Amino acid sequence: MKAPSMGARLATALGAAIAAVFFVGPFAWLLLTSLRPEGEITEVSLPSALSSSSYANAFHGRPFARVLLNSLVVAGATTIFCLAVASAAAFALAKLELRGKRALLSAALAVSMFPPIATVSPLYLALKEVHLLDTPLGLVIPHTTFALPLALWVLTGFFREIPDELYRAARVDGCSPFQAFRKVMVPLAMPGFATTAILVFIFSWNEFLYALTFTSSPSHRTVPVAISLFAGEHTEPWGEIAAASVIATLPLVIFTLMFQRRIVAGLTQGAVKG
Amino acid sequence: MATISIEKLKKSYGRGADVVKGIDLKIEDGEFVTLVGPSGCGKSTLLNVIAGLESPTAGAVRIGDVDVTDRSPGDRDVAMVFQSYALYPHMTVAKNIGFPLENARVERSVIATRVRETAERLEIGHLLERKPRELSGGQRQRVALGRALVRRPKAFLFDEPLSNLDAALRTQMRAELKKLHEELGATFVYVTHDQAEAMTLSDRVVVLNAGVIQQVGPARTIYDDPANVFVAGFFGSPRINLVPPETLGQEPKRPGLLLGVRPENVAVGLDGDGTPEGAVRGEVYLVEPMGAETFVIVTLGAARVTARANAGFEAKTGATVWVRPDMTRSLWFDEKSGARA
Repeated sequence: MKAPSMGARLATALGAAIAAVFFVGPFAWLLLTSLRPEGEITEVSLPSALSSSSYANAFHGRPFARVLLNSLVVAGATTIFCLAVASAAAFALAKLELRGKRALLSAALAVSMFPPIATVSPLYLALKEVHLLDTPLGLVIPHTTFALPLALWVLTGFFREIPDELYRAARVDGCSPFQAFRKVMVPLAMPGFATTAILVFIFSWNEFLYALTFTSSPSHRTVPVAISLFAGEHTEPWGEIAAASVIATLPLVIFTLMFQRRIVAGLTQGAVKG
Repeated sequence: MATISIEKLKKSYGRGADVVKGIDLKIEDGEFVTLVGPSGCGKSTLLNVIAGLESPTAGAVRIGDVDVTDRSPGDRDVAMVFQSYALYPHMTVAKNIGFPLENARVERSVIATRVRETAERLEIGHLLERKPRELSGGQRQRVALGRALVRRPKAFLFDEPLSNLDAALRTQMRAELKKLHEELGATFVYVTHDQAEAMTLSDRVVVLNAGVIQQVGPARTIYDDPANVFVAGFFGSPRINLVPPETLGQEPKRPGLLLGVRPENVAVGLDGDGTPEGAVRGEVYLVEPMGAETFVIVTLGAARVTARANAGFEAKTGATVWVRPDMTRSLWFDEKSGARA
């Protein structure tokens, strides 16, 4: 291959820089704001000193640690439920002889088209009826149902890419359909599981409307709701909001990095053909 | 070790799509049977039904004395080798080979010994800790074979196992498969679309077309004594010559007959060397030197006939030659039905 010219390399570097500023910029600004000393919050210049007081204040006088835990529980449980249900369904849709596969997938897609705001009132009444308002489970259930179609579509795609002959081989080698799913299909669909887990976790972690509507007590709130309620009647504690937002982002970063190692291309390489 | 009987087997997908249209077949214990036919003839479907991967629309499958029609694949005690090998990419070679035993809850120590024995036998003992992606095509083929062998099943099913290998390796594996069958004495059912594979490997060949058995018999019989035009045309390379008898200067016993004569039974010579009795003259259309022999395609009126000549035969396109069929080896077919006359 010919080495790219100086101009081309410069253009690539410039493009990369613009993309980096576009994506990382807001987060960097947030980080900077969270570290400013209290008096300089609204200034544009570089801070005169770095201070961690905003971080301490974010936890001061409000149950923010509890809120973080709530979010972890809700998003974690949503991810687990979603993967458990969607993987079994996706496997069946991708590999088993079923009537109306397409109809089922289309129906799942159609369901996900409902705007959440249209479902808030009926869901509220339903959750009230079963006494799940203001509980983690009351959020996990709607989150799971809303993330399911996406998870189903992504996982069905991944299962379809696994060659049929692998499933057949497992069956001949003595596996029941479920064993073939567990021992052969699931390990091979790991990149799909990782991708789906990240998407579902982020969706649930960031979800605002349901979390706001279905929880009332401060100690049951999730992160986005809690941060939105940081502002008092007369104060906008920007430093604390920024600090809390940085903290709220960390689990996502860790979670993504953790699962990214699983998303390796070519995992199925060597399964079939030469 | 077991016989396999297929009784009045039918398989259709939805309305009107009959893939297998009523097949009766008995495969003897220890026999090597090849199912052969063009793509879409139902041979793979038949194999899948024997394996239990597809359930028949009607009819029954027996392995040994047991009716296995409604049994799941794992309960039939048959092993299968797939066209794509279907190795589990996330498992090592040892795990791949041991997988069927693991599912049968065989003891760990026993699995280890049998995996090692099987691998040694297939000369892949040094590869046990590798993953499939680190293996060559031939090695993958052996692992797939090992996974079948390790179980010591009642019967082995092969779904075009050699079609992904290159020509040299294919010939070698073909010989090894035949040797393996001799050593094991197990029942082998082998699906292929390659007539050469069917001829060389099997005790009996089952020729399928459009979901119907055309002929069953030893390869020699199928070749020398085909039941109809389809079978005659499917076996042999280059193809058998099927021409109106007048083209080769022959008188049919009755009208409406086709003359079939294989290229090796058609002699050819240059016009100058003296035309023998019973020969007809034509023009050279193409000369194909094969190394050990040369095939000459000759235009005779509206038809073309392939003849076999010695390796050294040379002729220019358009040159006049004579051809003479060996009428003691000729086959007559009914033009309409395609059946032997």
